[in-house]
Amino acid sequence: MTKRLTCDVVVVGAGMVGAACALYAARAGLDVRVVDRGPVAGGTTGAGEGNLLVSDKEPGPELELALLSARLWTGLAEELGPAIEYEPKGGLVVASTPGALAALRDFAAAQRTAGVTAQPVEADRLRDLEPHLAPGMAGGVRYPQDAQVMPALAAAQLLRASGAVLHTGRTVTGVLRTARGAVRGVRTDRGDLHAPAVVNAAGTWGGDLAALAGARLPVLPRRGFVLVTEPLPRRVRHKVYAADYVADVASDSAALRTSPVVEGTAAGPVLIGATRERVGFDRSLSLPAVRALAAGAIGLFPFLERVRALRTYAGFRPYLPDHLPAIGPDPRVPGLFHACGHEGAGIGLAPGTGRLIARTLAGEAPELDLTPFRPERFDTEKGGTP
Amino acid sequence: MTERPHLAVVGAGPAGLAAALAAAARGVRVTLVDAAGQAGGQFYRQPAAALGARRPKALHHQWRTWERLRDGLDRQRSAGRIEHLTDHHVWCVERLTGDGTFGVHALRGPAQEEGVTVRADAVLLATGGYERVLPFPGWTLPGVVTAGGAQAMLKGGLVLPGRTAVVAGTGPLLLPVAAGLAAAGARVAALVESAGPAALLRRAPALAGQPGKLAEGAGYATRLLRHGVRTLARHTVVAAHGTERLTAVTVAALDGAGRVRPGASRRVRCDTLAVGHGMLPHTDLAETLGCTLSGTAVRVDAEQRTDVPGVWAAGEATGVGGAGLALAEGHIAGRSAAARLRGTAPDPRGWAAAARSRTRLREFAAALDAVYAPPPGWAERVPDDTVVCRCEEVTAGEVRGAVDRLGAADLRTVKLLSRAGMGWCQGRMCAPGVAGLTGCPLTAGRRPFARPVPLGVLAALPESD
Repeated sequence: MTKRLTCDVVVVGAGMVGAACALYAARAGLDVRVVDRGPVAGGTTGAGEGNLLVSDKEPGPELELALLSARLWTGLAEELGPAIEYEPKGGLVVASTPGALAALRDFAAAQRTAGVTAQPVEADRLRDLEPHLAPGMAGGVRYPQDAQVMPALAAAQLLRASGAVLHTGRTVTGVLRTARGAVRGVRTDRGDLHAPAVVNAAGTWGGDLAALAGARLPVLPRRGFVLVTEPLPRRVRHKVYAADYVADVASDSAALRTSPVVEGTAAGPVLIGATRERVGFDRSLSLPAVRALAAGAIGLFPFLERVRALRTYAGFRPYLPDHLPAIGPDPRVPGLFHACGHEGAGIGLAPGTGRLIARTLAGEAPELDLTPFRPERFDTEKGGTP
Repeated sequence: MTERPHLAVVGAGPAGLAAALAAAARGVRVTLVDAAGQAGGQFYRQPAAALGARRPKALHHQWRTWERLRDGLDRQRSAGRIEHLTDHHVWCVERLTGDGTFGVHALRGPAQEEGVTVRADAVLLATGGYERVLPFPGWTLPGVVTAGGAQAMLKGGLVLPGRTAVVAGTGPLLLPVAAGLAAAGARVAALVESAGPAALLRRAPALAGQPGKLAEGAGYATRLLRHGVRTLARHTVVAAHGTERLTAVTVAALDGAGRVRPGASRRVRCDTLAVGHGMLPHTDLAETLGCTLSGTAVRVDAEQRTDVPGVWAAGEATGVGGAGLALAEGHIAGRSAAARLRGTAPDPRGWAAAARSRTRLREFAAALDAVYAPPPGWAERVPDDTVVCRCEEVTAGEVRGAVDRLGAADLRTVKLLSRAGMGWCQGRMCAPGVAGLTGCPLTAGRRPFARPVPLGVLAALPESD
């Protein structure tokens, strides 16, 4: 095809991950356009709390991506500062029983070998860090690398900083391909955008976009509710959650069960999140979910019992069967790159994802091995795209 | 099931009262759940008994209708057919997945700290409306109140909000507010209405169908004249002044297109400004139940049923139209709910008179709506430094920036990127203003909690869902 190109890369999705892809691709010298059927941060990004967590990740590819992202977030914070409400408040994971504490300490020791800063906190020091924490906890671990951004602002500001042309309210209806099957752009309800590369940062709808290109990517939604309280003077200083390791009798693996994350924000409200339910795209209020959040939060901070929740909202985390995102080129469709399926960690993992995508777009070696994130890893037969 | 079917009516204003009485008279057990200490809603708001008001009806019209409703409620309560729960602030109505019945979750008492759940076979939402507030410089000064707020103070507390008042904005509520203030002894320096008399004339056919309504308006106008209240049609308040509290307002004349006429403004001294721009329907409970809205109002069929089985709606929640319309809709809704709950199809011939008045009053309301729209240029007149969202202290400039600099194009994204509407009132106050400033359509707010709920109440919710 000799059609004139619109740009070098079309990023589909104006959420946090799309914004990071656009920023790093633009900084790699590429001409980028971002297209989204809704507004900026209209999907999972706008429904999240903005957790940048390393504390909840076990050693492995996701933790490596989180650590890379944490470093990049520090740099972005220097650039964009308060505009994205970046707050390096640190995380505090607490355990209510000696058994849970022992398991938490083991978990933290393994994380330390992978490069995480994880500082044991004795029971009698917990209240120095969190004066309003419930009494009687066995101890905890402090994670200074955990941080926070306001996700919608972060996406909007990164998009702005990228200089990419933004097309919101424009739905991608097809992926244009050459006779040989390579990507040559996208078709939208308001005209075509021609580019040799398309990045799928469509979040929960990433599977649908992949299907438009003829590739299978089994992204599914997982609902979560977040509770937001009335604004308060700062009483919760860290991201605080409880970790209990429940021995799974059927196997010798231990399942980590966490309470909701409770955290104060610069703006005043305490955020409590989030539930995890597989119910499709059902946005209707679930009082059982909200009850569980409230009870979990009060268990950590008893003063919250009398604090009022102003709102609750649902979001849909995009997840893949093995709970790792799809990042990198799709060998089944040359020119198609995936950056989706980050489940509940997309805000935190976005800069690393964007950087890896930008490197591969520019033909450079990425900082991390992309093998665990291969988009075609769910194909049942070799090379098959069912 | 030998027990009588149970209907929960949320709201004890004209619509809720009419509905509760109609249903109770037809063999249904009714629980009437209302936030106020006494029945009546905003329209028939009563002074607290302790105030010993001698002539509360001086502040009301349609007193006879109220007496009929009040006596009916007393009778049905004595007969055990209606239970009236006062001081119950409903924060959520939940449709239980198992059997399709409902849980009406409320907070009890003035402190709203104790959770109560009423189980019912069906619900009827008569949640009323709230005032549309539009920002202008100085609107957050003490002394500036909403028109409905001033009325509530008069009716409920018998207190005068101030001594020298200006009543401003647009809509049929301004007349009774100005008349009520004057009758209670305030000096009303001016009634400032942005609509012009010509606009009323253009809608003459629909309005002429309501001679009673026009006479009501004429009655207020006469009372205003008697009190020497100056009415400034096609004028608007462009700014409120004062440092500690309100001391004066600037009133400007508008041209035919609703723009401020240059050089035609004056300063009026006052310590109270009652400002209103009409009403919007309260739809939070309906939205959370999954009821479809049409525009900003709950959509209902000819029987006042929403599209969620077992949920009826009546009154301002289904479209703002005043107490008369609310009574008609409530009556129809109550009869329909009673019949359906007893497993029969209602006969609309039974409520033919109410249906006729509903049709007529809806046409009247639509005509008024067209006349009393905020003047088109109001949003451009709001300077960037004016606070728009007072809960979160977000200015007009920040709201505009969310659109111009960050690419927001709908109210939700404007909220996410500017914090306008994230605070205590959840945008109930500022959403119309933000919509006007940004050009985003005013969409329903998606507020699962109709009011703030203590986390302890949430954590103690019954498990039986």
